[in-house]
Amino acid sequence: MDKPKVATASLAGCFGCHMSLLDIDDRILKLIQLVDFDKSPVDDIKKFTDRCAVGLIEGGCANEENVKVLQDFRRHCDLLIAIGECAIMGGLPAMRNGIPVQECLAEAYQKGPTVHNPSQQIPNDPELPLILDRVYPAHEVVKIDYQLPGCPPPADTLWEALVALLNGKPLHLPYELIKYD
Amino acid sequence: MIERTLGIPSDEKETKVASQNPLKRIALEPVTRIEGHAKVTLLVDDEGHVRQARMHVVEFRGFERFVQGRPYWEMPVLVQRLCGICPVSHHLAAAKAVDRIVGGENLSSTAEKMRRLMHYGQTFQSHALHFFHLVSPDLLFGFDADPAIRNVIGVAKKYPDLAVQGVMMRKYGQEIIKATAGKKIHGTGAIPGGINKNLSIEERDVFLRDIDQMLDWAQSALKIAKDYTTEHLKQLASFGSFPSNHLSLVRKDGALDLYHGNLCAVDAEGNKIFDQVDYSSYLDYFAEEVRPWSYMKFPFIKSLGPEKGWYRVGPLARLNTCKFIDTPIAEKERKEFMKLGKGKPVNVTMAYHWARMVELVHAAEKIKELLHDPDLQGENLVVKGKRRSEGIGLVEAPRGTLFHHYRVNDDDQVVMANLIVSTTHNNEPMNRAVQKVAEEYLDGKEITEGLLNHLEVAIRAYDPCLSCATHALGQMPLLVELYDLEGNLLDRKARGE
Ligand code: SF4
Repeated sequence: MDKPKVATASLAGCFGCHMSLLDIDDRILKLIQLVDFDKSPVDDIKKFTDRCAVGLIEGGCANEENVKVLQDFRRHCDLLIAIGECAIMGGLPAMRNGIPVQECLAEAYQKGPTVHNPSQQIPNDPELPLILDRVYPAHEVVKIDYQLPGCPPPADTLWEALVALLNGKPLHLPYELIKYD
Repeated sequence: MIERTLGIPSDEKETKVASQNPLKRIALEPVTRIEGHAKVTLLVDDEGHVRQARMHVVEFRGFERFVQGRPYWEMPVLVQRLCGICPVSHHLAAAKAVDRIVGGENLSSTAEKMRRLMHYGQTFQSHALHFFHLVSPDLLFGFDADPAIRNVIGVAKKYPDLAVQGVMMRKYGQEIIKATAGKKIHGTGAIPGGINKNLSIEERDVFLRDIDQMLDWAQSALKIAKDYTTEHLKQLASFGSFPSNHLSLVRKDGALDLYHGNLCAVDAEGNKIFDQVDYSSYLDYFAEEVRPWSYMKFPFIKSLGPEKGWYRVGPLARLNTCKFIDTPIAEKERKEFMKLGKGKPVNVTMAYHWARMVELVHAAEKIKELLHDPDLQGENLVVKGKRRSEGIGLVEAPRGTLFHHYRVNDDDQVVMANLIVSTTHNNEPMNRAVQKVAEEYLDGKEITEGLLNHLEVAIRAYDPCLSCATHALGQMPLLVELYDLEGNLLDRKARGE
């Protein structure tokens, strides 16, 4: 029988949640016997090759690209899990939500003490994806099946959750593994 | 890989590109096995000649603005959320800046050594992660191997012992971070003027038990990188390579120092551009150019101007700027490495991997040295002095020099924040590497997946960490789209409409 597939995405996050997944350390060798990885920044699979049992989402949506990737994950994954504060509620990137975007632009590209910008231009190439007006948590964009809190969630939390879900068991995490920080 | 011919534009964005360039656009997105989000675009004419190659950083954060109003003591825990790969670097650079605000920059020896242990622990884990998890597939399987096996899982299946070593080395570094910072990712150890805990004898003994093993494994990783580079030198010497300036912090006596030092820059021939510059005066030496096609700015040395003043940072640059390394095995290895440059700085891009592994060994040696230091069990954790309204903190992060700069008001709120992160310094070099590889390998050929991976290989040499690099926010025509659960567009609003 084919192994179930897992895909992962980092949207507007810091990769810390992906790093926490790697913090399962030597259990990663067990994990790759249990599942195959599909689209993920840790391998070179850039487009879904198959339907996935589980999709792990780090980070919320800050630009149109994030939205497209998230929708693509919803279409290809049976279960979608938001991991970490950024995916669950926007996290640190969402600190910009209360501020007019124009002010952030001016600060980064015109006002900063090291900025050299004689023409006062601001990056606007068509190759750059459109920025959303604010940072949206994953569940405001697509349906999310589970949320694992923490910044990042501890490696044990990710491990226990994955193993339970891949074995079709209900998700009962002990109190110590549920962290909000 | 997405390939689009611009004759049939399917949306506004493409129309815009098409009207500017009657060339074929090839996009490689996302760039994988790097940390963060980027894409590479190539514009190719009818004969298949590469006219333009660019690496775009496509994310933004807006950090400089949104931390304004927050209390300064939040900075060390807040800014590290820019990057989960090297959070310790941001944690420490921010802490060093904040130390100056509380007048506590002359740390107690316990605090300084705890922070150094944290930093070398992170360098150890970060270099191991990059080499084993992200780069080894290219070296072990070849640049154009089947992408299905060209990843860490492929490595684990074919070379299980090596994979286990990589995983255990990363774990060791992460455990050191946990013991010094409280948590493996986004810890809280460094506080204004010091540190919030010391290292107990029990904690120390656990690390001492395994350190010699780590040092052994680090040396065998170094050997892989060294042998690979020397064996393939003919191909690698020119691969994405070019002469450049190099920048790093160095200790007062010129030694490699990743936690603290003064700024030193050399040119491609090894002449000093400046040396032993106090980093508090960085504003006199550096500026960052804004270009419309990337959110990442392009830093340069002011006295040389934007055309000539760009430089490289990170392991390669550090070995090129320092006079020596103060640990014996790494120093011996440094000397061997420098032979590659024949008395001048090494400008081979792919030599980054070898240089990084020399630092991996150095980090293990430093950790060992620190663990034997009784100061780690000291009780004096925090010092404070005369308050200032401004603080600048620099460290040598795994990927290169990291600048943090804050100004605060009388109510302890941040009123100005400026960051130049390691990967940003390497922006121009990474773009040059992409251009060079595109011209050399893709020009006039049928472009295959394997050839495209060559571009990524050149980018990966720099170990770019684009999460950090994208804390800046750029102007885009703002767009909000609201979709239902099936992905149907419900509402769409663009700024200014
Ligand atoms: S939740 Fe925390 S660790 Fe995860 S992406 Fe966000 S900031 Fe990084």
